[in-house]
Amino acid sequence: MPEEQRLILKHADQPGYTPDIECYIRHGGYDALRKALATPGRDLPDGKKLSSREVIRDEVLKSGLRGRGGAGFSAGLKWSFVDRRSGKPIYLICNADESEPGTFKDRQILHKDPHQLIEGMIISCWANDVKLAYIYIRGEMPHGARLLNQALEEARAKGFLGKNILGSGSEVEIYVHRGAGAYICGEETGLIESLEGKRPYPRIKPPYFPAVLGLYMCPTIVNNVETLCHVKHIVNMGGPEYAKLGTPNNTGTRIVSLSGDVRKPGYFEVEVGKVTLGEIIFHENFGGGLKPGRTLKAIIPGGSSSKVLKAGEKFKLRRKGADGQMVAVETDLLDLPYDFDSLQQAGTMSGSGAVIVMDDTREIVDVLANVSEFYAHESCGQCTPCREGALWMSKALHRMTTGGGRTQDADYLLHIAQNIQGRTICAFGEAAAWPVLSFVKKFKDDFVARGKADEEARAKGIVPASHH
Amino acid sequence: MSNAATTAPAPAAPPPVEKIRIKVDGRDIDVPKLMPDWQGKLVPTTMLQACQMAAQEVPHYCYHPRLPIAGNCRMCLVEFGTPVMDPATKKPVLNEDGSTKIARSVLPYEPQTPRGAIACATPISPGMELYPSSPATKQMREAVLESLLINHPLDCPICDQAGECKLQEYSVQHGQAQSRFVEAKVHKPKAVDLGPRIVLDDERCILCTRCVRFTRDIAGDDALGIVNRGSYNTIATAPGKQFDNNYSLNTVDICPVGALTSKDFRFKMRVWFLKETKSLCTSCGTGCNITIGSRENVIHRFEPRDNDAVNGSWMCDSGRLNYPWIGRADRLQQVLVRGQASDWGSALGEITTHLRNASDGSVAIIASARQTTEELYLLRQLAVRVGALTDSVEREGEADRLLVSADRNPNSQGARLTGIAYTEIGISIPSIADGIRSGKIKTLIVFGEDVTKCGIDAGLLATVGTLIVSDILPNATTAAAHYLLPGCAHAEKRGTFINAKGRVQKFLKAVEPRGDARPEWEFLAELAKSLGAVDGLSTIEGLFNKMASDVPALAGVDWSKLGDHGVTVPV
Repeated sequence: MPEEQRLILKHADQPGYTPDIECYIRHGGYDALRKALATPGRDLPDGKKLSSREVIRDEVLKSGLRGRGGAGFSAGLKWSFVDRRSGKPIYLICNADESEPGTFKDRQILHKDPHQLIEGMIISCWANDVKLAYIYIRGEMPHGARLLNQALEEARAKGFLGKNILGSGSEVEIYVHRGAGAYICGEETGLIESLEGKRPYPRIKPPYFPAVLGLYMCPTIVNNVETLCHVKHIVNMGGPEYAKLGTPNNTGTRIVSLSGDVRKPGYFEVEVGKVTLGEIIFHENFGGGLKPGRTLKAIIPGGSSSKVLKAGEKFKLRRKGADGQMVAVETDLLDLPYDFDSLQQAGTMSGSGAVIVMDDTREIVDVLANVSEFYAHESCGQCTPCREGALWMSKALHRMTTGGGRTQDADYLLHIAQNIQGRTICAFGEAAAWPVLSFVKKFKDDFVARGKADEEARAKGIVPASHH
Repeated sequence: MSNAATTAPAPAAPPPVEKIRIKVDGRDIDVPKLMPDWQGKLVPTTMLQACQMAAQEVPHYCYHPRLPIAGNCRMCLVEFGTPVMDPATKKPVLNEDGSTKIARSVLPYEPQTPRGAIACATPISPGMELYPSSPATKQMREAVLESLLINHPLDCPICDQAGECKLQEYSVQHGQAQSRFVEAKVHKPKAVDLGPRIVLDDERCILCTRCVRFTRDIAGDDALGIVNRGSYNTIATAPGKQFDNNYSLNTVDICPVGALTSKDFRFKMRVWFLKETKSLCTSCGTGCNITIGSRENVIHRFEPRDNDAVNGSWMCDSGRLNYPWIGRADRLQQVLVRGQASDWGSALGEITTHLRNASDGSVAIIASARQTTEELYLLRQLAVRVGALTDSVEREGEADRLLVSADRNPNSQGARLTGIAYTEIGISIPSIADGIRSGKIKTLIVFGEDVTKCGIDAGLLATVGTLIVSDILPNATTAAAHYLLPGCAHAEKRGTFINAKGRVQKFLKAVEPRGDARPEWEFLAELAKSLGAVDGLSTIEGLFNKMASDVPALAGVDWSKLGDHGVTVPV
């Protein structure tokens, strides 16, 4: 029976659990930090030696942990890219700018269990020789910022932070920086610019890869809130043991934010790949199904920027057969395991873990107009294709929702979106283009029908409410 | 000293340049592994530089070789491929025909779609193939141009940039004839008063941020930024602040479109009517290279002209705007002898006779360091012939960190090297004043200076027996002249200046002299000939070459070697 597997949110929702340090310590808090600091070095079979910090990094690599922010990149690999020979300080930044529409997982941690994040960060700092770290928190989360600052004060008072953490001789300090309310600040290099006090224009890569030229042009690690919390559990469990959670190459647990047309929207922590998309929506332990009398129309599986999946779609997933060979297995939409690789093979992504469900009462054109307006509003405007294209698509969709549609608008939208994806400085270009590309391709009839109906209405002299 | 003149400061044996072999549109080319970035630092060569070397110009808006790279316009997206490497042997995989197998860059999530890289910021690597002419590259350019134009006002008929606009140029070269856009355009502020010299049209702006980067990284004045978001992005100053530094007008030059316009130039002249003349700025000792834009003998603008050895691509606003005097109505246009209209023949004849009879030591010459080197040389020859004391007038100001020199004369080095003045310019003026006072100096020749402002007051000047003056604009000295010879602004003649660092640079004639005015070097050459000082100098080339053979510091230089960017001599 599919059920939650709470690792990160183990205590958060327990009655009487509070965000203060005493409560956290009563529940075993900061034991992982002590364990990390006491980790001995390790001799490798090839004669090389790992320092105790390298051992922690190695455990994270072995855990298979993949970033929970959106891209799903291996956290251990990301750490391994850090330029450790530059002579410059290394910074760690916790990306707490959770802004992807449909996503509300990090705020559970920030609001209910801030010390878990702080412990994960201190361990990550220590393991990466980071003395100074920042938590960049979304501007719309003032309560989270207050709680974090309070938690940091408590941690300092207990000696978990400061010049000599727990008498180890190691120095770690963490500061909270509040954003001012822009989605693009969640893009790691935009975040870094913002943290430096500048307009959050994402940086060009090459050359500005954060691992080499990040904050203040120093090597920098940027990890998501949930990712950093997992580090604590990896230290507690050991990398290989942690890797037994979830499925191969999709290890551990992750928090899924479920919203839209389901009976029980909410967040659920599940083992990655052990639960299907259908189970998340329909199982009593999770979404509890659609509202009475409704049928499924579409699912946005990983935050609003991920490509939409249409009810009834089937996918060919590459799976290891009995003989060890890779075979294509036809899989129904609702049977897709909710993990990084399966969703990628289905042509979309698990992104930030936000599942948005649409039933048959939803007008697809209106839904896309809504999504598209968000991306037009949030485009930073630095590079041409996204700056101009995002608003263009939004205007076209707005026109379609106000009686100004044309039959050729489906192709018109595809044309605009195709000229954005892959041509921008940051992944926002994809975020703006993918909803349009996927909605219009998969629901082309809806768009053509809307355009046709509008044209017929106009031919009869019915004036649209508004063209623009 | 014979080989003292060089086109670059003493080049040591150049170190061997490491090259990388790549392909551009199917053609092999070896390009240096490293090339200078905007600050001159050697960094990995970019695709854009490599394409330039292969004579494949990559269109671009935000990229400027003298600014930090922004990578925002996306106009330089180029399709490319890289050699497929065998993971085991780390060697390139070969095709059946023995050629290197190339993997074209594609979107990771859509392998059938090519992925371009911005050529301005992407380094090349060995074996890389660039496809600046491929259908995919062309499609990317078309798409970027379409995006740039959808919200653009398309007001070319009344835009000052029309004719020198990169949107226009690239639309012709890379654009499409039609736009699909049927929505309402974004409207933004028009005719924004950005500062005392600049007006901004935000609707024309393509947000390339060249202006932002220039003023922040070159001028050192972080005055411009972007406000708002997305398609509503707008270039702006901080609230209540003016964009007002002495380099602000350079942003008008580097603005690829008609967004930033010069208050001085806007709506004045269609640029395609302007004749362009290579010249120099005369406002200080830096000698910034400029292009004079003129039409039918009226100068409409100065613009900086690239010269790595002098001014890069920039010039200061004060120098740029220092041209309207050339067209002033009160320009001296008439040869006057004792206040009466005369002609060149009579005046020069009388002066010749007078100087021939002048006794040794009774003549003094004060020649401006704004005169050309050739003119100063001729005056020096006259001085030697008649045994005259000579000097020039110093102009000092405050230097800045970029281009403005403390020496506000364009040709102080010319005055020194020709022997008109000593290192300390003006040191002999008190002696000249004493000579006049004592009656020893009976004849004073003044070129281009108002000596009443530098040590010889009007009362003393009135006691000079014969005052021979050449100038461009009237002043107290010209008013007192017995012989007044109308001269030319540099824009009206040819010649050279030697800048404060010893750069000998030539400038060409943009407009005709006013009235009877003649280039000073012409009538000085005639005077020198009739006095028997020097002969055979009827062309500026011949005059320069004669001077170069006489003046030690100019040894080895001749007019033809000056080119567009000049040569450096030891000073």
